[in-house]
Amino acid sequence: MTVAPAISADPTAVPREAAEPGRWRRMPTKAKVGVALSAVFVLTAIIGPFITPYDPSYQNPSPGASMNPPSAAHLLGTTQSGQDVLSQLLVGIRLTLELGIIVGLVATVLAVIVGVTAAFLGGWWDELLSLITNVFLVIPALPLLIILLGYPGLRGQTPTILVLSVLGWPWGARVIRAQTLAIRNRDFVAASRETGEGTWRIIAFEIVPNEVSLIAASFVNTVLYAIGASVALAFIGVADLNSWSLGTILYWAQSQQALQLGAWWWFVPPGLAVALMGTALVLLNTGIDELGNPRLRDASSASRIAGHWLKPADPTPVLAEISQHRGGLAGFLHSFSRSSLLDKGEAGVNR
Amino acid sequence: MAFIIRRLVFYLVAAWVALTINFFIPRLMPGNPVESIMAKFPGTLQPAAYHALEAMLGVGHPGSLWHQYTTYLVDILHFNFGTSVSEYPAQVSTLLGETLPWTIILVGSATVIAFLIGTALGIAAGWRHGGRLDRVMPGLMFLQAIPYFFFALILLELFAVRLHVFPIAQGYSQGLVPGWHWDFISSALYHSLLPAITIVLASIAGWMLQMRNVMITTIGEDYVVAAQAKGLPNRRVVLTYAARNAILPQLQGFGLAVGFVVSGALVMEIVFSYPGIGLLLVSAVTSNDYPLMQAIFLVITFAVLLANLIVDLIIVFVDPRARTREATR
Repeated sequence: MTVAPAISADPTAVPREAAEPGRWRRMPTKAKVGVALSAVFVLTAIIGPFITPYDPSYQNPSPGASMNPPSAAHLLGTTQSGQDVLSQLLVGIRLTLELGIIVGLVATVLAVIVGVTAAFLGGWWDELLSLITNVFLVIPALPLLIILLGYPGLRGQTPTILVLSVLGWPWGARVIRAQTLAIRNRDFVAASRETGEGTWRIIAFEIVPNEVSLIAASFVNTVLYAIGASVALAFIGVADLNSWSLGTILYWAQSQQALQLGAWWWFVPPGLAVALMGTALVLLNTGIDELGNPRLRDASSASRIAGHWLKPADPTPVLAEISQHRGGLAGFLHSFSRSSLLDKGEAGVNR
Repeated sequence: MAFIIRRLVFYLVAAWVALTINFFIPRLMPGNPVESIMAKFPGTLQPAAYHALEAMLGVGHPGSLWHQYTTYLVDILHFNFGTSVSEYPAQVSTLLGETLPWTIILVGSATVIAFLIGTALGIAAGWRHGGRLDRVMPGLMFLQAIPYFFFALILLELFAVRLHVFPIAQGYSQGLVPGWHWDFISSALYHSLLPAITIVLASIAGWMLQMRNVMITTIGEDYVVAAQAKGLPNRRVVLTYAARNAILPQLQGFGLAVGFVVSGALVMEIVFSYPGIGLLLVSAVTSNDYPLMQAIFLVITFAVLLANLIVDLIIVFVDPRARTREATR
C-alpha cells in the first residue's frame, strides 16, 4: 500500500510518460514484479494476524506436538515447544513490515529535511550537515545499533524503530543534497525566485516535487535497511524476544537447534520471507532507477534507444544521481572533501 | 597527497565521533546502568566486577565528566578497554586479541575475493548489456536480498547436515591446539571454507549489480565510443577505457559498503559458531556484557575506517585526478 503511491507519483518526475495511457503496461517488468510482491506482503501484514490458525505463542505440551514437519494440521510444522510456525510467520510479517515502513517514512522525512537544508543554506551549515552525514555513513550501523539497543531494558519494537529511524537518514540525505544542489541552479527555480516566491515555497513546490523518484528510491532503500537491520538484531537477541517478528522466529529456531535437529520448516519460511521482501524492494528500486535512466532498461528498450545514446539525455530528475555515479569521481571527491575540516577553512576564504 | 590528508582528517573526525558516542551512551541511559546489568547476574558478580563496571560506565561520579572523558581517551589509546563482566576477570583487550585474527582473516579475504569476482562479472554483464549474463540479474537481486546468516543456515543445512561435505561448526577440529603447525592450519582452512563461501555468495551480487550499472553508463561516454570508432580491439576498449573508469565509483562504493558486509559477516559467524568477533559480540549481548559490546563496536568501527583509508590509497593509485590538487576542489 505504502509503496504504491511512490510508483504512481513517479510521473510527476517524468511528465511526458505520465501523459500517455497504459502507465502500468509501460512499467519495466522488474518493477511490476516488485509491486506485485510488495502488495502480497502488505496484504499479508494487514490480514495475517486475523487468519492465524493457532495462537503463535501457544505451547502444545503434548510430546507428539513438538517438531512436527509440515502437515495438514500445521501447514508449516511446529517448533520445539509445539508452536505453530505458520501462525508465527503470519504475525511476524506484520511486525517486521510495520517496523520497516515506519522507519522508512521517518528516516526519509529526516533525509529530505537534512539534504534540502544542507543544499539550500550552503556555507557552514552545508559543511556541518555533510560532515555529519558522511561520518554516519562510514560508521558501521549494526555494532552501533547493538550498543544503543543492547542495553538491558531497551529491547523492543518502539526503541528499535526510534533508533533505526535516527540512524537511517544519511544515505538518503546525501543523495537528496546532491540532487537539490543540481536543481537549485536550474532556470525554473531562478524564474520562480524572480517572481518573488519565498524560499520555503520554492522548496515545497519547485524542488521537492522534482525529487519524487529520488525520495521514493530513498524510502525503498531505507525500508530495506530497516528490515535487514531489525532481523539481524533480533537474530542475535537484541529484541523483545516475547514478540513475534521474522527475526525473533529465526532467533528461537537458531537457539533451539532447529538446524541440527533437521527442522528446516522452522527456519526456512521466515528466512525466505525476509529474502522475498528484500527482493521485492530491490526490484521496486531497480524499476524506479530504470524509469529515470533509460540506459539501464532491458535489452529491447536499450537497443531501441541505442541510436540516441550520444545525445544528451532528457534532464530527468534522477540524472544528477547518475552523473554522480558516472562522471564520477570529481563530483564525488568534491562532495567528500567539502566535508573535511581542511576544506572548511579554504571555503571560508573563498567566500 | 592533499587528497589523502583530507581523507585522513575525515577518518580522524569519524573515529572521534565514534569514541565520543561510545563514551556518552552509557552515561545517557535512563536509570543506573550498573544496577540493571547487575540485576541480570543475581549473586554471580563479584564486587570487584561491580567497581570495574562503575568506572567503565561512569557511575558513582569518579571525577568530573571532562576528567572521565580524558581518562577514557587515554585508556583507549593504550588499548585498555576495561574488564569483561561475563568473563570476569578477563581483560576485554585479551578477549578481542583472541577473536580478532579469525574475523580479519576470514572476512577480509572473503570480502576482497567477492569484490574482485563481482566486479569482473559486472564488467562482463555491463559490456554485454542484455546478454546472457545480464539476464540472471533478477536472480542475483534475490541472492542480494538474503540475509547473510540465513544464507549460512541454508548452506549449512545442505553441505554440512545433509551432504557432510563441510564441518558443521567451530573454527577448527576439537582437540587441536592452535599453533603454527599443519594439522591446525589445514583444519582451520577447512572450517573457514563454508563461511567464506557464504560471504562471497551473499555479497557478490551487490558488487556485480553496481559495477554493471556504472559500466552501462560509462559505455555510453564519448571516449568509449571514440575508442571503438578508432578500431581498438574490444578487450582494450572494455578494460582500459570503460572498466578503468567505471571502477572508480565502484571503489568508492566499496568504502561505504564494507561496513554492511562486515556487519553481515559478524552475524553470520554465530551460525557457524566461528570463533571470531561476531560470536564474541553475541555472547556479550546475551550476557549483557556492556564493556565488551562497546569495545567491539570501537574495534569494528576502526577496522572499517582503516579499510576505507586503504581504498582511498588505491583510488590515488588508480585515478590520476585524485593526485592533483584541482580534482579535489
